[in-house]
Amino acid sequence: MLTLVSYSFLQGYWWVIISLLGALLVFLMFVQGGQSMIFSISRDEIYKTMIVNALGPKWEFTFTTLVTFGGAFFASFPLFYASSFGGAYWLWIAILFSFTIQAIAYEYRSKPANVLGKKTFDIFLLVNGIFGPFLIGIAVATFFTGSQFSLDYMNHVKWANNWHGLEALTDARNIALGLAVLFLVRTNGSMYIINSVNDEDLAVKANRKLMINAVVFLVFFLFFLVSIMLSEGFAVDGDGKVTMEKYKYFQNFVQMPAVLVLFLAGIAGVLTGIIMTIFRKSRRGIWYAGPGTILAVFSLFLIAGFNGTAFYPSAYHPESSLTIRNASSSHFTLRTMMYVSFIIPFVFWYIWYAWKAISRKKISKEELDNEPHLY
Amino acid sequence: MIEIADLSLVDWSRAQFALTAMYHWIFVPLTLGLSFIIAIMETVYFRTGSEEWKRMTRFWMTLFGINFAIGVATGIILEFEFGTNWSNYSWFVGDIFGAPLAIEGILAFFLESTFVAVMFFGWNKVSKRFHLASTWLVAIGASLSALWILVANAWMQNPVGMTFNPETARNEMTDFLAVLTNPVAIDTFFHTVTSGFLLASVFVMGISAWFLLKGREEWMARKSILIAGIFGLASSLTVALTGDISARTLAHVQPLKFAAFEAHYSGRDNAGLVAAGILKDSGQLIGDRAKKEFVVKVEIPGFLSMMTGGSRNVWVPGIEDLVHGNAEKNIMPVAEKMERGRYAREVLMNYKKAKQANNTEEAEILKGMFSDRDFIDEYFSYFGYAFLDRPEDVIPNVSVAFYTFHLMVMLGFFFILLCALALFFNYRGSLPRQKWFLWIMIISVPLAYIASQSGWVLKEMGRQPWIIQDLMPVGAAVSNINTGSVITTFVLFSILFAVLLIAEVSIMAKQIKTGPKH
Ligand code: HDD
Ligand code: HEM
Ligand code: HEM
Repeated sequence: MLTLVSYSFLQGYWWVIISLLGALLVFLMFVQGGQSMIFSISRDEIYKTMIVNALGPKWEFTFTTLVTFGGAFFASFPLFYASSFGGAYWLWIAILFSFTIQAIAYEYRSKPANVLGKKTFDIFLLVNGIFGPFLIGIAVATFFTGSQFSLDYMNHVKWANNWHGLEALTDARNIALGLAVLFLVRTNGSMYIINSVNDEDLAVKANRKLMINAVVFLVFFLFFLVSIMLSEGFAVDGDGKVTMEKYKYFQNFVQMPAVLVLFLAGIAGVLTGIIMTIFRKSRRGIWYAGPGTILAVFSLFLIAGFNGTAFYPSAYHPESSLTIRNASSSHFTLRTMMYVSFIIPFVFWYIWYAWKAISRKKISKEELDNEPHLY
Repeated sequence: MIEIADLSLVDWSRAQFALTAMYHWIFVPLTLGLSFIIAIMETVYFRTGSEEWKRMTRFWMTLFGINFAIGVATGIILEFEFGTNWSNYSWFVGDIFGAPLAIEGILAFFLESTFVAVMFFGWNKVSKRFHLASTWLVAIGASLSALWILVANAWMQNPVGMTFNPETARNEMTDFLAVLTNPVAIDTFFHTVTSGFLLASVFVMGISAWFLLKGREEWMARKSILIAGIFGLASSLTVALTGDISARTLAHVQPLKFAAFEAHYSGRDNAGLVAAGILKDSGQLIGDRAKKEFVVKVEIPGFLSMMTGGSRNVWVPGIEDLVHGNAEKNIMPVAEKMERGRYAREVLMNYKKAKQANNTEEAEILKGMFSDRDFIDEYFSYFGYAFLDRPEDVIPNVSVAFYTFHLMVMLGFFFILLCALALFFNYRGSLPRQKWFLWIMIISVPLAYIASQSGWVLKEMGRQPWIIQDLMPVGAAVSNINTGSVITTFVLFSILFAVLLIAEVSIMAKQIKTGPKH
């Protein structure tokens, strides 16, 4: 039965999975959001320790999701992997560096004889907390605004300038999404801290942070959204020819109303989370904003790739733009990987189970004294 | 892919990949082995409920955590680097190569990272049974991730289960099972994983020996040596066995690598195995490459023939036969393979031209050739040779291959002895008094790392100039970026790695000195 699944269905199926992983990644970057505030939320060392230990058991999931996002992209759309990573070299290397220094920071920051000192490792967390989400936001924005590459007839990428990806920083729309992602994860990070740390004082401080971050997030996000909806998009016709089409992404929402509904539900979730935390002093805001984030990002990925749209467009040479048709793996590989993907729900299940098991007790001052393993 | 990239770009990209891969590999084998040793210790704790065992488990677990973090940090670099530095490669074979990488993430990395969190943070939060299960799952997850990455690597050494699609200009997977059961993958997996077990055992024994020398923690040290000794002995025997099997497979799959690590130049039957030796330039040339000869050597007569074919009468091809060909033994000269590869490349170019000119009929004919078995076997399977300038380019660095191989094997036999003696003295109870032996155990720790690194250097440098055996040389695989960028990232990585290594070693040393907590 399953061997009959068509090629084009599988290409769509894998774009959905990539979108889902991307959405999960943005949500899970609440860890980065929290990190970006470790110096500013409180000058008190004990609070810093509480925040770091609330985030500590979770950072690996974000990291692993990033790794799997990369791996799944490689397996399902290898041309994207080759063109984007090999072309926008500096953008990806910068992302890479910011995650490399994170991975050791938690484990090493409070260990004796760590050479660099606690402060340095905390700065590593801060750098990752700011640049990780910001640069990933920039990279995702190029899915809408385009990049500067061309492919030769052997499908090998050539970047049109020597900036190799850094030129994306000169487009205001890219910057807007980068900042929107940064302030979104800070918003989510505040709500996560409020939810998982049992301390009134800290909750008040986090709440104050939340207000500012949420407003800044909304400003940049609206700017990005409106400018993308109003600008031209990269449309692909049945023969794979790429043309610029006015209001393309807006059209995608209109022509795929289900995606629009998801998107609006996502935004509503995020706003609900924010509002109930700020005005109702609820601790459960993250339970709304988290799923909201996932839905909103998920639908943005969907309008970037579906409905005859090039998901990795080239502004320099539109014919070279990547679509889910021309960039995907072969029929056989996509099908094999589809079987593998059936295990994903099981993976979610055990992650959920293990998370619940270790988060049963909230972090508090007393908890810190009893916890044998501290970051 | 039609032209070979600038040489310095290729060299810097290789240097960067070698740097990051070898750095990652400092931490990986300890993760692979120590996770199992901890799981065994915790199982004893679970069974006996003894606090002493728990304390010991937690001591080794702390060291595990320090090592694990940096393994994770460096792994992500490798994964991204396939795209950033070998992008032409990533497209040419991404259809096959990406799959195991993705499966590794879904199947193995999540397992490791989920249960590592339970292992560290769960002591007071989950049941003893759940905790023990988590520790075992971490160990299994680590070996599972090794499996998938090694399947990917083995495919580069011995590409199987695919066809070339001229339309997309890439190789496409046709048989997943063939990729998975690639003989090189199976050999490599068992050899690599057990070598990691061995390295971790040597590590645990070395640190325990230090405690004994200092007269501290005698109970813990002796129990640790008992467990690591048994685990290490079993692993070292398996390492020798699987290494031997790997070598036999190589003789068929990568005969040049095989000939290179034996420095075996002219084919003969009753060929002897050089157990140890020193090489020098002989003054003779193969093409423009200097030929090596032995200054001294210890040779086991006839043994190489025995190993490759099971009998003294088996003829083992030497480097010269493999380069110049040997009509009598039916070995095609490399010059001929280059001709054939160029023909295959020409067919591909003509197909592309016909397509561009909208000459559908001709394009169809040319495209059909790539699904013709004869064309594939006789021509396309030499595709990579089209990029070579001279036949002697196929010879890997003989000295590197020879020394890394022999060092690894000698150390392999030494570790068997080490584990056996450690168990013997430990059993007799005389270990704390054998100061000389305790020192040997400590010195063995860096030796295990050297053996392990040698293995990868042999494997990767021994297959030069290929990134994919016979299909793609490294020069055709590299990304189109300027050399300056790669040099910059190389320097940045070097600095970062040096700093992190110093911090890691210092933290590790401090934790060891502090000893297990009460
Ligand atoms: C034989 C085993 C082995 C080999 C050859 C490699 N690795 Fe590795 N890798 C591991 C065994 C491993 C491990 C033991 O499973 C690690 C160490 C720490 C960890 O979390 O898993 C790991 C971590 C690790 C991570 C971080 C995983 C996470 O998010 O938790 C990545 C992305 C990679 N590796 C990728 C690679 C790539 C692209 C390699 C090829 C060049 C590679 N590894 C070689
Ligand atoms: C972690 C263990 C590994 C080590 C220590 C290692 C070692 C090396 C070394 C020393 C080189 C440089 C070879 C040269 O410059 O001549 C190299 C190159 C390379 N290796 Fe590995 N390798 C490892 C694992 C892998 C794996 C698992 C893969 C594939 C999945 C891989 C793919 C490559 C590639 C693509 C290159 C670049 C091309 C080349 O120079 O050959 N390596 N590796
Ligand atoms: C005892 C005798 C040993 C023999 C006969 C042996 C043999 C081999 C051979 C032939 C290879 C190359 C495989 C290839 O290129 O495809 C290899 C690779 C390797 N060896 Fe060994 N080896 C031995 C001991 C060791 C020891 C003691 C270690 C480390 C503690 C080790 C670690 C490795 C590693 C990590 C590789 C690269 C991955 C692989 O191909 O499995 N080996 N070994």
